[in-house]
Amino acid sequence: MIMACSHASRFRSALILVLGIVSLIALTALSLAIDKTFISFREVAQALWQPDMSDINHILINTTRLARTLVALVVGACLAVAGGLMQAMTRNPVASPGLFGINAGAVFFVVFFSAASGVSTTGHMMQLAFLGAAVAGLLVSGFGMMNRAHFSQLRLVLAGVAVTALFTSFTQALLVVNQEGLDNILFWIAGSVTGREGDAIGVVYPYILAAFAVSLLLARHINILVAGEVVARGLGQNTVVIRALISLIVIILAGSAVALAGNIAFIGLIVPHLVRHLLPHDFRWLLPGYALFGAVLLLLSDILARTLLNPQEMPIGVVTALAGAPFFIYLARKGMRNG
Amino acid sequence: MDKWVLVRANGYSRQLHLQSLVVILVLSFIALLIGWLSLAIGKYNLSIPQLFTALGSGQIAGDAFIVQILRMPRMLLALLVGGALGVSGLLLQTIVRNPLASPDIMGVTGGASAAAVWFLTVAASSSGAFWLPLVAMAGGVAGGGLVYLLAWSSGASSTRLILIGIGVSAIMTALTTMLLLFTPMSSVMSAYVWLTGSVYGARWYEVTNLAMWLFPAVLALLWVGRSVLVNELDESLSVGLGVNAEFMRRTLLVLSVYIAGAAIAYAGALSFVGLMSPHLARRLTGRPGPELIVVTALVGSILVMVADLIGRVVFLPLDLPAGIFVSAIGAPYFLYLLLRSRT
Repeated sequence: MIMACSHASRFRSALILVLGIVSLIALTALSLAIDKTFISFREVAQALWQPDMSDINHILINTTRLARTLVALVVGACLAVAGGLMQAMTRNPVASPGLFGINAGAVFFVVFFSAASGVSTTGHMMQLAFLGAAVAGLLVSGFGMMNRAHFSQLRLVLAGVAVTALFTSFTQALLVVNQEGLDNILFWIAGSVTGREGDAIGVVYPYILAAFAVSLLLARHINILVAGEVVARGLGQNTVVIRALISLIVIILAGSAVALAGNIAFIGLIVPHLVRHLLPHDFRWLLPGYALFGAVLLLLSDILARTLLNPQEMPIGVVTALAGAPFFIYLARKGMRNG
Repeated sequence: MDKWVLVRANGYSRQLHLQSLVVILVLSFIALLIGWLSLAIGKYNLSIPQLFTALGSGQIAGDAFIVQILRMPRMLLALLVGGALGVSGLLLQTIVRNPLASPDIMGVTGGASAAAVWFLTVAASSSGAFWLPLVAMAGGVAGGGLVYLLAWSSGASSTRLILIGIGVSAIMTALTTMLLLFTPMSSVMSAYVWLTGSVYGARWYEVTNLAMWLFPAVLALLWVGRSVLVNELDESLSVGLGVNAEFMRRTLLVLSVYIAGAAIAYAGALSFVGLMSPHLARRLTGRPGPELIVVTALVGSILVMVADLIGRVVFLPLDLPAGIFVSAIGAPYFLYLLLRSRT
């Protein structure tokens, strides 16, 4: 599990992270330049460093495109780290916020209370999403793990499926009852990084940063937890506290992601698997890797979603599902062993 | 313990399970009761004499219009769809030998939904809705077949089958969402209601068409019904009894997808009926066998009829899709099964 980090592998890992950062910067530039109209990179740079607020292109870049790009980056990072932590905690290779009903629960709570109260500011949505994510997470882990004598990983997955179905049907009921604004909400539910005002990130980021920071501080403890409950206890770890903290981090990250961009599935599933192939199995490396490559992958999906069917735009959640589900099938064929 | 009734007439002789017979009678009575309620209550409540005059009336106006044109086809469609989905689920569970298998999880519902939404939003305006069941069936076959193929490697393990079903369903849902988003608002709403599963606005021709599509399936079931029982045994045992196991399994799979596709074409993606009905039916009869098919069909019918009645009556003036209530009962039941299961 925990490999001794030799000099060579440390160098290699650092190189991979640097490559990730470079591709992230390149994709960010691309995301700012490409949309329905193409704006040259030179002009993008100008708009960022010397904004001229009378130029329509500069305004476009500094408002809609920048906001959209930032949302994609942050949401990708959140989902990937949440998925990676869930996979570490449950030791289930397909654990992720999308499959385990966390996203569906958050979406339901947001839609329900927004419809009931008519308020839909980002701060409000975020709190509701946290609540929904927590409720769904408790339900899935409760039903999936309660019968300890006959614990199975498949049971956990099926509990996720059932909880997802439950919350999805409730959300659908609300949408049928409250038909106005269906179009808007349908797009958000399918996952979308557009239409968020610039301040959306501003409301959410303190929570996300705190969650990332705590997860990095816990990295060594997570390394031990992954070795198994018995080993971790034997080494003197208070596994209950560590698990509770990780759950809290997952809820904050997944909840924030849903509040920002709706239900985006499969990023939290794929990215941890890819990153584990690239980096040593040490969470001090893995966690930054998850965040970095989650951001890269979601940004890439968003660029594809915008350009593939130009001039129409696909919801980003559809793109990630179409790309991610085959990967999930591949994992299932390979077998449900820890990977 | 089990008591049997012997039926003999000319050359025909059959042993019937007494408990199953009683269960079938009681369930039929319940179904009749709910059918009567479905006709009588709603925005306008009718008393028993009023209902009878409305049913007997030759003129299609007033109460007679409400009962004969609005409520009756809807009730019958719920009955047929529920029965069909239940039996489809029973056949799938028998083949896969996994109590958690159902058309929803095995990619059949997802495939049928995606195909039908494609047909409704893209193709239907030009060619009419008559071919909808065939399109939905083709989609169901494609979805179920894809799952079966991908899960196959020297035999289809049921864990792999279920996991791959989840993956394929996700792809189908993504495709369906995309189709819904790329079409004008008016058709989105009807497609969305349909996607949740609903018998809203059922017409007589839909009832007769579905009945027509289901008729060959009923004949086929009469023919293979006894082998369903054998299929629940261990594979080596059923081979020893002279059943061509692989052939039987494929026949039942095709039959199951055919039935589910037809039902989904007319009522949309009603989840969990196919999962729940066989379980409830097994608990009621206490033994597998040909009678189980009838009991499962009755349980499925009752489930959907009740769900539709609740959706139509409890939240007046709103008319909610039956699928919402089926899921609201079905998902917790699924979790309960999960808690009890030992596999």
